[in-house]
Amino acid sequence: MFSIYKKEMRSYFINPIGYVYLGVFLVFSALLCCYTTVVAASYSTTSYFRYLIFAFIILIPILTMRLFAEERKLRTEQLLLTAPVTLTGIVMGKFLAAFTLYLGSVLLSCLNFIPLYVFGAAERAGTQYSTTQIGPVTGQIVGSVFAVILLGAAFIAIGTFISALTENQLSAAVITIGVIAAMVLLNLLNGLTDADGQQIISSYPIRFVINWVSVLSRFSNFSYGIFDFGALLYYLSITFVFLFLTVRVYDKRRWG
Amino acid sequence: MQSMIKIEHLIKNYGTNCAVDDISFEVESGEIVGFLGPNGAGKSTTMNVLTGYLSSTSGKVSVGGIDILEDPLGAKRKIGYLPEQPPLYLDMTVKEYLEFNYELKGCTMDRARHLSEICEVVKIQDVYNRLIRNLSKGYRQRVGIAQALVGNPDVIIFDEPTVGLDPKQIIEIRNLIRTLGKNHTVILSTHILQEVQAVCDRIIIINKGKIVADEKTENISRIVENSRRFHVKVSGPQKEVLTLLRGMSGIAYADVLAERDGDAYTYLVESEQGVDVRKKLFFELASHGWPMVGLEPQGMNLEDIFITVVDQSSMGTVEREREKRVVRRGAGRGRTTLEASLANELVDEAAEKRASQSSIGFGSSGEDGGPSDEDIGLVPKGQGKESGKEED
Repeated sequence: MFSIYKKEMRSYFINPIGYVYLGVFLVFSALLCCYTTVVAASYSTTSYFRYLIFAFIILIPILTMRLFAEERKLRTEQLLLTAPVTLTGIVMGKFLAAFTLYLGSVLLSCLNFIPLYVFGAAERAGTQYSTTQIGPVTGQIVGSVFAVILLGAAFIAIGTFISALTENQLSAAVITIGVIAAMVLLNLLNGLTDADGQQIISSYPIRFVINWVSVLSRFSNFSYGIFDFGALLYYLSITFVFLFLTVRVYDKRRWG
Repeated sequence: MQSMIKIEHLIKNYGTNCAVDDISFEVESGEIVGFLGPNGAGKSTTMNVLTGYLSSTSGKVSVGGIDILEDPLGAKRKIGYLPEQPPLYLDMTVKEYLEFNYELKGCTMDRARHLSEICEVVKIQDVYNRLIRNLSKGYRQRVGIAQALVGNPDVIIFDEPTVGLDPKQIIEIRNLIRTLGKNHTVILSTHILQEVQAVCDRIIIINKGKIVADEKTENISRIVENSRRFHVKVSGPQKEVLTLLRGMSGIAYADVLAERDGDAYTYLVESEQGVDVRKKLFFELASHGWPMVGLEPQGMNLEDIFITVVDQSSMGTVEREREKRVVRRGAGRGRTTLEASLANELVDEAAEKRASQSSIGFGSSGEDGGPSDEDIGLVPKGQGKESGKEED
């Protein structure tokens, strides 16, 4: 498993793809942070994280599209599958490599918050007395980053699974974008209103189901700095289920 | 000797399509076995099952005494596999690639030494630090072979290792495989008959998912080399030469082929059964003052061999005795009658010999009711120049 992990990590950085991902992600998150906080004169990071999640619709597939699709196309999967490694080892090695890069990029993007703290400190120094908190709320930021990482793990697992289904990287990417977009945008349905301000989806059960399935709705507790154990389980389950399905895809192909 | 690879009643279906149909054989330690068959015969499927890439529908496969289903990792550790298309990561250098394989297979020996030994064997030292993407096909193939050797596995499996190589490379790879055969058990699949003849101790012929022959190489070689058809190139007036050829005793069939080389024409000559007409032909032509400028025996091709061995395996000996003339003559199966009849005669002859020597116990595979007779079978007399294949 470790050899595959190492190989995947290497492959991100000897191909342009790792750099493209990192570059795009860091630039985008920096710009986003700039616009949602500094330009908007706000210490709240809520909208920053919200928009960041939309960026993942495009960014995560970049990480995951080639994981299995490329191996299958180049027939190198035969090497892995006939080597003394378990299927789980192969899938985990690949998943962890993508996740590591993702984790690194998210942690790097935390540099974006430094200006907020600097501004906050400066403002606090300028005021004598204040009843409200000035500057960013560390608990919210930590909670949100944590949730973003979990969410990313789930998305990467989905991308990994889709990559294992096809041998065409491009179609893997497109399908992954579609699936992740659907998961993210689903929540917006609940917010839709018609001209009179009435909710379009008025049926409570449907709203409940959408809310339950949506990845975004789970996010909100973390973004208030609350540790939501249910959401944690939810994200981990998605990750686990899709990794398990990936293993099953390969297992089934052997028997097919 | 302990058998290194044991396959019992292996069946593999793809949906309703049966790719491998009840195959059983054993390979002993240190043997080089050639797996011969036309495209789509089930060679690759069998190898893929053997290496654990595919699962069998039913049947038992064990490598070095380890069942591939019970302990897949243990069995895989004993196998080095070069698939049909070498599984190379084009964005790695040869060094990185081999090191990756070394780690993947969880080897524990001294890495630098082990890898440099392998590179020496397959002769890729001079491209060691180059990107695989930039290597030629021959070198890529060798890197693929090197990959199979990493970890020094007991069994090495090559799936069509010489496809797409130039003749010089083919010879090098074959020599390499021979060398490997000294310390490893090697299974090699190909659809080129000469290849297995040159390399292997034993040949397993497979067709439509079934083993149709499992023979020592010499035996098969003899069938192949015992051709009675020649291309003779004679420099002389076409018509007269042809008349002479047709009139000669010992020649069953003669015709002129379209090829022309100066004033020399090429003739197809088929001798009568059991007669070596070559010397006679030479003197005869010489006495007329028509120099023979070329004589080329026409070996049987794979198809011909299939006709012989397939037919042989599909009928019991006794039945064959009875039915051979009736059934076989008609069964041209779309091939030229010449080829068909040639194949038939070879089988008939073998059957007669077999009948006369009746049963002598042999047991290479014994699976297909038959053609494992070491020496009696399949070999018309004469001319078999002992085929020069060494026995290890």
